[in-house]
Amino acid sequence: MAFASIYVPDFMVQSVVRGEPPLRGRAVALIQGAPPLSSVVAANEAAWLAGIELGMNKSQAADFGTVEIRPRSPAQEKAAHAALLDLGWSVSPRVEDAAPDAIILDLAGLASIFGPEEKIAAKLVEHASKLGLSANVAVASNIESALHAARGFSGITVIPPGEEARRLGCLPVSALLPSAEIMEILERWGVRNCAALAALPVLELSERLGQEGVRLHELARGARERSLTLAEPAFFFEEEMELDDSVEELEPLAFLLGRLLDQLCARLAARSLAASTIQVQFDLEPSFEKDFRLLSADSLRKDAPKTYWKTLALPVPMRDSKMLLKLLRLHLQRDPPLAPILKITMAADPARPRVAQGGLFLPASPDPEKLELTVARIANLVGEANIGSPESMDTHRPDEFRMSRFATSHGAAENRRKSAGENGRDHARRKSGAVPAIAFRVFRPSVPASVELCEGRPIRVEFRGMRGDVVAASGPWRTSGDWWREDGWQQDEWDLEIRFYYSPRLPAERSYKNGQNTKSAKALPQCGLYRFYYDSVRQSWFVRGMYD
Amino acid sequence: MPVKLAALRSRVELALAGRVAAPFTYRDRKIVETAPVGIPEIDSLAGGLPRGGLTEICGPSCSGRTSLLISALVERTAHAEVCALVDGRDAFDPESAEAAGVELKQLLWVRCRNIDQALRATDLLLQGGGFGLVAVDLSDISPETVRYVPLNAWFRFRRAVEDTPTILMLLEQEANAKTCASLVLRLEAEPARWTFTRETAHTWKTVALENHVREIRDANFFLHSSACLLDGSGVRAEVLRSRTQSVAGAGVRGEFAAADAVDATGIFETKAMWGYPGGLPVEKYKPK
Repeated sequence: MAFASIYVPDFMVQSVVRGEPPLRGRAVALIQGAPPLSSVVAANEAAWLAGIELGMNKSQAADFGTVEIRPRSPAQEKAAHAALLDLGWSVSPRVEDAAPDAIILDLAGLASIFGPEEKIAAKLVEHASKLGLSANVAVASNIESALHAARGFSGITVIPPGEEARRLGCLPVSALLPSAEIMEILERWGVRNCAALAALPVLELSERLGQEGVRLHELARGARERSLTLAEPAFFFEEEMELDDSVEELEPLAFLLGRLLDQLCARLAARSLAASTIQVQFDLEPSFEKDFRLLSADSLRKDAPKTYWKTLALPVPMRDSKMLLKLLRLHLQRDPPLAPILKITMAADPARPRVAQGGLFLPASPDPEKLELTVARIANLVGEANIGSPESMDTHRPDEFRMSRFATSHGAAENRRKSAGENGRDHARRKSGAVPAIAFRVFRPSVPASVELCEGRPIRVEFRGMRGDVVAASGPWRTSGDWWREDGWQQDEWDLEIRFYYSPRLPAERSYKNGQNTKSAKALPQCGLYRFYYDSVRQSWFVRGMYD
Repeated sequence: MPVKLAALRSRVELALAGRVAAPFTYRDRKIVETAPVGIPEIDSLAGGLPRGGLTEICGPSCSGRTSLLISALVERTAHAEVCALVDGRDAFDPESAEAAGVELKQLLWVRCRNIDQALRATDLLLQGGGFGLVAVDLSDISPETVRYVPLNAWFRFRRAVEDTPTILMLLEQEANAKTCASLVLRLEAEPARWTFTRETAHTWKTVALENHVREIRDANFFLHSSACLLDGSGVRAEVLRSRTQSVAGAGVRGEFAAADAVDATGIFETKAMWGYPGGLPVEKYKPK
């Protein structure tokens, strides 16, 4: 049985660098505390070499020109720890959450999937790099040896069974994390490394240091066995970013969103998942001038919005960060936050990635990801309510429908695949004696008209500047409904065939004079089939549309 | 010399790599794949709608352009193709389209307010690709406005659908795309047909059940308007331009057999559905 330990050195610094990739490879120091009392709490190797020391205040640290000073970010540490766990679950289902900066994996049975332990360790380092973390990985036959080797040795370390004591021997005793009191005693004895500690007789050590001494002795020999404390796999993907200076423009905001999306998508990819929904919460700067413009004085004091939510519901699960960024940008362009942004929190609802099987006999359809982008772009152009798939409503109210989201998902493709044959067969059956349906075009909104009646039947109409005689009429067909609501309707519909004798578009010589049409035989009057209705509520005539 | 030519040729090919697939390949007139409209008269007249080409359907109001569009949508959605309708003036009626047999879930409807939106939306849809039919309805936009659309817009649309299975259909009052169009059909309305209930027929013993309205106008037609229903109308179609050549080798313009056609002209009938896909059972009809 083998265990692998993943340890992230300078975890706090790496958490910050993960959210700000340009800092990679540079000297970084983290400060904590309210100014002016903020002091250095962590730094990376380059910063230590530059001369940074723990406890320095911000102004002292700022004197080192080559060192980047950043505030400590618990939110980013939390996200980095979650990413570390995702890295573990991407390889093994049995993971222990040993510390914020370290996890342990059970590698039993994984050789048949990933190959030998060296290969697994290399894969873990590579995946950690994709998640923005530089990690040490150690593989050993027991948990504690793996953990201490990962903390003590950089890069990849594989300890064959039986060689734990020899390999761990060169590690300083401090790597075993003894208490300060015992550490002082060991230093007084001249015990500097694990090999020296392991060489001490355990009985005498027990007499002098108690059970803690025995535990440290076992750890130094790499002989301590314990079972793994399994962590419950979490399917919670969230990234946060706190900003020093508020962001108002879309371009810099998109840059930051891109970073968060990269991190989120890398985590999802590590777990072989995709996002079905992306939720973004923006913490807004209070009392910005736009608030003053939009809100009244009273509401400004009490109810000024402090957060802004944006939900990106995806038709198919996606984890392409570039595509998601484009979609998010389009949504924000359409509906931007009302104030500068101080903090961004982005969460993804995980889902299984789309697996599409193309059919040989299925017609090509738009790629769902690309289609979503196209729809979002067109929605920016015509408005979100004006694009989609029409859906009939369960009502007799004229021209009543709703726009539903248009999607060609995998499920829809399957349905299409199934229905293609049926529809095709039905269609072929219908086609034999089929006559195409006469189509109706709707005027939105209905066009006001004036109608001349004779014994209750329309005989002459005028609308949109056109006048004509009714040649044939069918009606009245009375429809009514929703009388219990304010927007109830009651209408008498008429299908009219109209011969126009005056139209603003027709040349003057085609006009109607003295009841006689003066046009030549070649210039026949323009005819049309229209649907008129008399609205009993508004007590007016309207044209609903025309047959075309 | 041949070595220089080969080197020059390879340099040109290298410079155009990614933009032009095979710059020195002779592009012969291609056989265009067509798809049926669903109206036998039009299919025999024009050979169907060309895939990878621009089809213009023009004609005045009430001339049957939308009926042809709906028929094409019924046909394409029945074959599980995804269609898009760019509605220049938001005039599409989903209710009647569904009654005609259009699978609305497979139709992306873009409701525009002006021609600028319609053209930009069309551009985006064509660049996205994957649609079986993209219809651009500019029927209600005045011909003067459509005439001002630069020719390169139509040319760009044609290039976007070229070598794809997409049918690009343009509905307007006058043909504007000129040589960019692979097929131009002009439609004109024929007289409408009206149906009378049996009671009317009994009242007017001299009038046949399916008689034409003009024949009975003198019999005081308007006194019986509630006993009369719109049955449908005829549409005269004329092929103004055709560059299609069906896969089966049906021929090009002028070679199609059309029932009542003289020089590529045909007439087809449309029928009011009234919620009954198989036609109207007159005695059962009740207004909704």
